[in-house]
Amino acid sequence: MLEFSILLPAILNGLTIGAIYALIALGLTLIYGVLHIINFAHGSLLMLALYGVFFLHSLFGIDPYLALPVAAAALFGIGYGLQRFIIGRASHGKDENILLVTLGLSVIIENLALYLWRSDTRTIETPYSFEVLDFGVAFIPVPKAVAFVGALLVAALLWLLMTRTDLGRAIRALAKERQGAKLVGINAEHIFAMSFGIGCACLGIAACLLLPSFYVSPQVGHAFVLVAFTVVVLGGMGSFVGALLGGLIIGVTESLGGLFLGESLGQLGIFLIFIIVLLFRPTGLLGQKA
Amino acid sequence: MRTPTLRTGWAILVFALVLLPLPLLIKSEFWLTWVTLALFYAYLGQAWNLLGGYGGQFSFGHALFFGTGAYCTAVLQIHFGINAWAGFVLAAVAAGIVGAATGWLVFRYGLRGSYFALVTLAFAEVFRILANTFAFTGAGVGLLVPLQPGAWQMQFESKAGFFWLLLILVVACLLFTWWLQNARFGARLMAVRENEDAARALGVDPFNTKLLAIIASGAIAGSAGAVYVQLFLYIDPGIAYGPSMSVEALLVPIIGGLGTVFGPVLGAFALHTIAEIGRLVFGEAPGLNLVLYGVLLVLMVLFLPNGLFGLGRFGFGLRRRLQRKGGANA
Repeated sequence: MLEFSILLPAILNGLTIGAIYALIALGLTLIYGVLHIINFAHGSLLMLALYGVFFLHSLFGIDPYLALPVAAAALFGIGYGLQRFIIGRASHGKDENILLVTLGLSVIIENLALYLWRSDTRTIETPYSFEVLDFGVAFIPVPKAVAFVGALLVAALLWLLMTRTDLGRAIRALAKERQGAKLVGINAEHIFAMSFGIGCACLGIAACLLLPSFYVSPQVGHAFVLVAFTVVVLGGMGSFVGALLGGLIIGVTESLGGLFLGESLGQLGIFLIFIIVLLFRPTGLLGQKA
Repeated sequence: MRTPTLRTGWAILVFALVLLPLPLLIKSEFWLTWVTLALFYAYLGQAWNLLGGYGGQFSFGHALFFGTGAYCTAVLQIHFGINAWAGFVLAAVAAGIVGAATGWLVFRYGLRGSYFALVTLAFAEVFRILANTFAFTGAGVGLLVPLQPGAWQMQFESKAGFFWLLLILVVACLLFTWWLQNARFGARLMAVRENEDAARALGVDPFNTKLLAIIASGAIAGSAGAVYVQLFLYIDPGIAYGPSMSVEALLVPIIGGLGTVFGPVLGAFALHTIAEIGRLVFGEAPGLNLVLYGVLLVLMVLFLPNGLFGLGRFGFGLRRRLQRKGGANA
């Protein structure tokens, strides 16, 4: 039988990466919940954020954790602008068009990165990169522990934003009933762009939490985008708690899959979950009926 | 029916007759290759147009079918010594089966719109990982198809052979879509595209209709993969199942005009003209041609959602309206 001492670290490791997945998926699910579109550029925007944090560190020596507000604000701005000036104008009344535009944006961002920064894999080194926390049964690297706690904190903040503020109420109103929300005077264009911006800000934060224990390359978005979709689909489109739960489940699945099947085939477990959930329970674990 | 049907038929005839003698006229190897590749992407775009343009099911992973066809013919040829023409037919069959399996799973559970796009993308990614893993697909190294020149192995001595082969395939597809526009099946498919629930209320079976469309679309894309392998004699997981082929498959009909007979052909030639200009201006740099494709996709959707044909139809409609106005005045 399997040694408990191998299994437990794998599970803990999966939970830490799962929290990051959850954070990325929260952005995706927020955008989906309000705009009813799938943002195919999500992975590429994360990649862009990772490069941003990387260059802040390598050029100006700014610690990734200190760069957090900058990254979040920058990504918010990018997201707001994209939705307001490009994506929002492309629909022509058809959701398919938005799908195509976000696909086009992801192709642009990704290949521009490939052109500018080549396909090299880059990492950064921080004083705490190799420090570990001893949990008795397992060692967890400090950056991963920080990422875990940080992701959960951001999720909590996001939840507060959605439930306790006027902005959150406006977003939820638009998500539920577009026509009605507009009738009571909500500026739909602005709120759509705000939602998109907040969704992207999650990516900025995720990038800061991720970089100390991860790498960046132009293709890094790929690794996350389908995972984030899987998390969202598993948890239920538009569901916050679902995204959190889904992220943790997928993180553990990936970690255990890698342990049993090896890196390459371990990824297949994620896709299988994705396809099976889409086919048999497209509303996800906690999603509402469409 | 609004489309002047016979005119489309004449247009197909003229298109075929104009392109037929081209290899005899073009002496430059470069330009012949260029036209041949444009025809190849037109063919791939025609496959996508069938499902996306006429059926309204936007696949983001058509590489799934292309790659399956490519690997099918390459593996059969390398490991079993099966003739390339037989491989071509088997590639279409294999990709059709993959299309049937995908369609059966996806449409059965009523997945539409973005869900459909996501699932096709995920399937293509699964196949890429699998092709990257197993030895008989050459894993990450890819497969080199042995050089066996001669029309018997579909490896023509000159590019002209490939040109004519692709021209025949493209014209066959033009004829097929022309037929589709006027056939009952086409009418059902377009009804599903416009409004699935309304179509069902009128007695159309959306499941069967979409399933047939994805099988046909998959088989055509698979046969395109088979031609690609003989043309380049090499295939690897990135080429076969990577996003670049999927993007080109959908970009071509979108630029030309979704759900039109000539859209993919027009789109393929326009796209490759632009790509060539881009190469002249920016030089050969990794990624830049795809950046251009992305920009084109965004611009097309923003400003010309009906493609280049939409532009033409707009002009045509304007002229007709002016004529009618003139007639009323007279």
